[in-house]
Amino acid sequence: MLRIFIRRLLLGIATVAIVSGIIFAAVEALPGDACTAILQRDASGERLSNCRRELGLDRPAVTRYVEWASGAVRGDLGISAHNNKPIASLVGDRLKNTLLLAGCSLALGIPLALFLGVLTGLRRDRFSDLALSTIAIFAMTIPEFVTATVLIFVFSIWLGWVPGIVTASASAPLSAFFPGIALPVLVLTMVMTAHIMRTVRSSVIDVMSSDYVQMATLKGVPYWQIVFRHALPNALLPAINVIALTVGWLLGGVVVVEKVFNYPGLGHYMIDSISDRDLPVVQAIALIVAAAYVGVNLAADLLAMAFNPRLRTLKARSP
Amino acid sequence: MSAGLTAPVPMKARTSRLSAVIREMLSRPSGCIGLFLVIANVALALFSPFFAPFDFKAMNANAILAPPDSTHWLGTDQLGRDILTRTILGGRQAILVTAIATPLAVAWGGLLGIYLGLAGGRLDDILMRVVDAFLALPWILKMLLMIVTFGTGIGVLVPTLAFFYGIPVIRIARAATQNIVARDFVLAARARGHSRVSIMRRELFGNVLDALMVEGAMRWSWMLLAFTSLSFLGFGVSPPTPDWGLMIADSRNFMAIAPWQAFAPVIALSSLIIGINLTADALAKALGIDRAQTAVH
Repeated sequence: MLRIFIRRLLLGIATVAIVSGIIFAAVEALPGDACTAILQRDASGERLSNCRRELGLDRPAVTRYVEWASGAVRGDLGISAHNNKPIASLVGDRLKNTLLLAGCSLALGIPLALFLGVLTGLRRDRFSDLALSTIAIFAMTIPEFVTATVLIFVFSIWLGWVPGIVTASASAPLSAFFPGIALPVLVLTMVMTAHIMRTVRSSVIDVMSSDYVQMATLKGVPYWQIVFRHALPNALLPAINVIALTVGWLLGGVVVVEKVFNYPGLGHYMIDSISDRDLPVVQAIALIVAAAYVGVNLAADLLAMAFNPRLRTLKARSP
Repeated sequence: MSAGLTAPVPMKARTSRLSAVIREMLSRPSGCIGLFLVIANVALALFSPFFAPFDFKAMNANAILAPPDSTHWLGTDQLGRDILTRTILGGRQAILVTAIATPLAVAWGGLLGIYLGLAGGRLDDILMRVVDAFLALPWILKMLLMIVTFGTGIGVLVPTLAFFYGIPVIRIARAATQNIVARDFVLAARARGHSRVSIMRRELFGNVLDALMVEGAMRWSWMLLAFTSLSFLGFGVSPPTPDWGLMIADSRNFMAIAPWQAFAPVIALSSLIIGINLTADALAKALGIDRAQTAVH
């Protein structure tokens, strides 16, 4: 067990390392650098080369990568090219806001998704399953900005229940985001619920048609006892990994939602930084999101292994 | 997917299977509706320039944010442009780009995935790490970085979408291949001394194709989501070209006074995406593939 744990951990670290390389290379390939962003129109000749020397941008890319990566490991993400503040504190506020958004959506979405997934799985191909599964497909494939636009129209313009955009600033206390957070949470919850629900549904269907459930039925075990004692513990295992994937998606994929609702989170900040050519910030956010994604999935793999002895062999690899 | 369906299927059997699959899809209401929505949207994208009632960039100062009436059936936008015209033209860019990028993505991801599933070994280990690394980055960040570097034209978006959306296909194709390589007929081909290329061509393609087709339909829907989202954010199609994402973005500023502006593009985009997904669902059911495990984006 310990060997597998260490192996998984190393694989996770390797993935993050490769990601950091890809990010650095990608940002390196962008036209312009931190100095052209700082100096804007004055970026030429003497001033540009002075600035580059000052920030160390005249050194080879590999040196700068090592420096950036080792800084990031220590929690030093560098300086924003836009306003010369340390990125760690700028990103920290936004990360906190995004975590609030993600936390609310998960708290709503996971129980709802598990309930609906089990319900649709048990009532396979009946009306309630067909209706809910169809709604789920729509919820997960219609772009978030479309759903958001429709929800803003219905709930904030037509009914006037909640504000259509968030007006709080990035460093505002968490309480300032209510009730404006309601609609972004609703949009995220819809997409997330749909994804998790579909996996739970198919895994409930698999388990309910398995030999041991049939055996229990033939033995005369009451239906609900079969569902809760025999089927669900196994059927809900795959949900762990899907939830992890969804959390990763939440941390990065909320970009559009945050932008639509003007929510001052990580994704919104990333779009602004790309527009401003604030490359150090772009690098930092990309790295944080990737590390979070890998970390959450690693945790999910380990959790799944803890619950399912069949996964505890070196041969079993992450799907 | 039956094990008996190894590659050298005679042409006649292949067409009859295709028609059987289509008949099976049409036997479900979801398949009928899905195929109808997709075909209608694609036909509209192809032929709309021939019957669009107005010029898509013609502004009319006398009809700014005009509600629907007998001249402008769906009203006008903030510049007095006809919304019906812009809606029926608004899917052309999105459909063109994604319809080219989807087959490309499925082709390169599928080929590499099948090869890795068959070959395994060190190369497989290393490349799958890289695949994981790419999947750990949110799609929008990847797309934005490419767009900021190379610009937004179709010449950039098609290869970018094809590249990034082919990466998850590698996984699907690899997993589907790994399920097959242990089967007797592949072992037999190996024992006969066939080369990898020959095994891929003769034994694996036919069997992995079903999974890839369903995956391709899904990729198409995700690509549309990506493309229109980028347009919505202002990183995709540039004005005055009509585009659903851009139109919805424009409409948000005037939603309180001119809600009809969002209505048409929302319906149009949703109908296409819903159509693709219903089709993919019906296709998966007709081919007997479990679609629930497809990855997020």
